[in-house]
Formats: sequence, structure tokens, C-alpha cells
Amino acid sequence: MIGVGKMKQYSNVLDKPLSKGKQEVSLSAFAFLFSELVQYNQTQVDNIAELERRLEDAGYAVGSRVLELLCNREKGNRRETRLLGILSFVHSTVWKVLFGKVADSLEKGTEHEDEYMISEKELLVNRFISIPKDMGTFNCGAFVAGIVKGVLDNAGFPAVVTAHFVPIEGQQRPRTTILIKFADEVSISTSLYMIYLYLEKLNLSPGLPTSIHAAQVLKREARLSQ
Amino acid sequence: MAPVGPRSGDAIFSSIDRVNAELFTLTYGAIVRQLLTDLEDVDEVNKQLDQMGYNIGIRLIDEFLAKSGVSRCVDFKETAEMIAKVGFKMFLGVTASVSSWDADGTCCSIILEDNPLVDFVELPDTCQGLYYCNVLSGVIRGALEMVSMKTEVTWTRDALRGDDAYELQVKLLKQVAEEYPYKDDE
Repeated sequence: MIGVGKMKQYSNVLDKPLSKGKQEVSLSAFAFLFSELVQYNQTQVDNIAELERRLEDAGYAVGSRVLELLCNREKGNRRETRLLGILSFVHSTVWKVLFGKVADSLEKGTEHEDEYMISEKELLVNRFISIPKDMGTFNCGAFVAGIVKGVLDNAGFPAVVTAHFVPIEGQQRPRTTILIKFADEVSISTSLYMIYLYLEKLNLSPGLPTSIHAAQVLKREARLSQ
Repeated sequence: MAPVGPRSGDAIFSSIDRVNAELFTLTYGAIVRQLLTDLEDVDEVNKQLDQMGYNIGIRLIDEFLAKSGVSRCVDFKETAEMIAKVGFKMFLGVTASVSSWDADGTCCSIILEDNPLVDFVELPDTCQGLYYCNVLSGVIRGALEMVSMKTEVTWTRDALRGDDAYELQVKLLKQVAEEYPYKDDE
């Protein structure tokens, strides 16, 4: 039935003003919808890894839109270009808008340089979920991991993002940790930036490559015109 | 907390936990997109959305009854008003109105003034046959079935398809006598 139906709608979605983001729906409406998302995806897969991947995909789609929306609304069309900047953007701004609170913690991994963790005692999507024994390590937080990945990827910081349960002592329910492992190119560009900052501090500013190039072009042109 | 008597939709909505509507909207969008990729056919997607709504409806009615304190409605007219004034408000935070009753009071229209599902949405040319909000009709059908009412719910106006509002037609097919819950074909 492709192409059947009425002519294109009259009003363009872009003509509408962007919502302020203050509207709310009940938590149960979201929980019902999310449970349908999980149940539907369960019928499409054979194993847990595949299920997590599909939830992550769904989250990714949300994340990429959230980045666009929030950069526009909260940050006056500016986007974070630093690693720590974007991480704290996810941890505070994104979390606050989506889940109504700042994430419980943002930590740097101790074993690897390029790993970061966002932890949440009771992640919204895991609130009404209990995992059956036969589903092992499955974590619905994969959806949130997808959101984080969607935000980071589209901001130019490609990363592998996964969700894990971490038991806390004296608590019945484990907390959820979103583990972010940045791709190699991210740490390289960060180190290059650090070197640049260092050289600048020593007053040895290498100058931007473009300005060197521009100077060469100007010189050549001056020679030609003589 | 034992609910005493019916409470207004506003009162319930302000007392329960809520989430940002954008998370809800975008998650719904992700579901629809996933279905479109998987099923590749707009009609199949409409069916699946309706089925999802039905699954939600049969569970949601419990929460509705528990939190609203509504007792048995005397007729279908009251039922429709309850859905529009309490149901929509309590779950989606929006109000709806009921109109266009037929002569014998078994068929009416529920008109949504505001619809949190469709923020940021525009149907591309390839999806013009899609009933984007079909999940809602499924929810109403499922919920009413759990209170012994077989209904048929169809979209009569859809702003995404160029109409000026969102309008659902709810038609009472028959009222079933009390019976044990059974599983619909899955």
C-alpha cells in the first residue's frame, strides 16, 4: 500500500514552533510502551545479544534526535566538541531532560584510559523489569546505552556503549552502569588537542595548519603578480 | 491509599509519577521505525501497532480502575466520557472530547485536541497509508474488552494525513456477559 492515501499534509512540521519540552505523560504510559518494545523485539531474535542489539538500535534513533533537539533548545545551537564536555552533557543535560534527574555518577574507568561509566541506582527503563533466570545477563538498559551511543556518535565521538548490572552491597537490586568505551580516533584527537594546548602554553604555538597554507598561497600569488 | 469515589483526570495525573513526553514520543517513533523496517508493509505495521495497543490496553485497564476509583458506568455514553476525560488525561496528560453520537448511543467520536505521540512527526510519501497513532485505537479496544465491551475503534481523522484533528470512532459491537478472561489468539 505504498503511496496510497491522501495528498501530503498541509502544514509542515518545521513550521511548528519547537516545543519547550515541559509536557509530560504518565510513567506507566511509558512503561507500557517500553514493555511492548521489548516484547516485540523478543519475537524477532534468537538470542540475548541480538535482543540487546535491537534495543540499542531503537535507543540510538532516540539519542541522535535528542542531541539535535537539545543542542538547539538548551545550548543555542552549540555542540560540545570536547570529550569531557560531551560526557557531562550526557550525564547532566540529556539525563535531566529524559529522566528528570541528573545521573547518579559519571566516573572514569580505572583500567583503561578511554573508558567512562555513567551509573544509575534505578534506571527508569529497569524500574519495572525483572529479568527471568534463563535470560542471564540481559539488561534493558541496552536501550539507554543506545541513546548514549546515539548522542556521542552524532556529536563526533564514536564509542561502544553497553549496559551492565552492578550489584551494590546491602541492596537488593543492582544498579545499572552504562559503560562507554571511546573509539581510538577519539583518544588520538584528544591527545593532539592536549599537545596543542601544551605548545601554546610554552608560547610555541604551531599555528593552525590552515593559516600556514594561506600564507604560502599569498606568497605565491605575490610572486606571480610581480 | 484507598480511592474514594471517582477522581478527576487532572487530580490523578498530578499525583502519579510522570516522565518527559519527549522520551515517550521519541521512543514511540523508534518503535514505528523499527516496525517499518522489519515488516516493510504499511498495512502490516498498522496491524502490529494495533496489536501492541491491545496488549497495553488489557493491562492498562487495571491501573485505570485502581487509580481512578471509577465504578461501573451506567451506559456506553458514560464509558466514552470516562475514556476521554479521565483515561487520556491520566495516562497521556491530554484531554479529549466526545461527540457525534449516533441515535442509539452505541457509536461516538473521541477527538484529541493534543496528541503527544506525533510531536516531530511527518509522514514521508512512502508511508501515506500508515495510521501512525494506531496504538491508541488498540489500547481503547483492549481496555474496553476487559470490561466486557467488544468495540471497533477506527481513525476517522488524522492530522498527519492532512485532516484538522485526531478523531477516533468508537463503535460498541456488543456487551459481553461476565466471563473468565481468555487469551486472544496470539
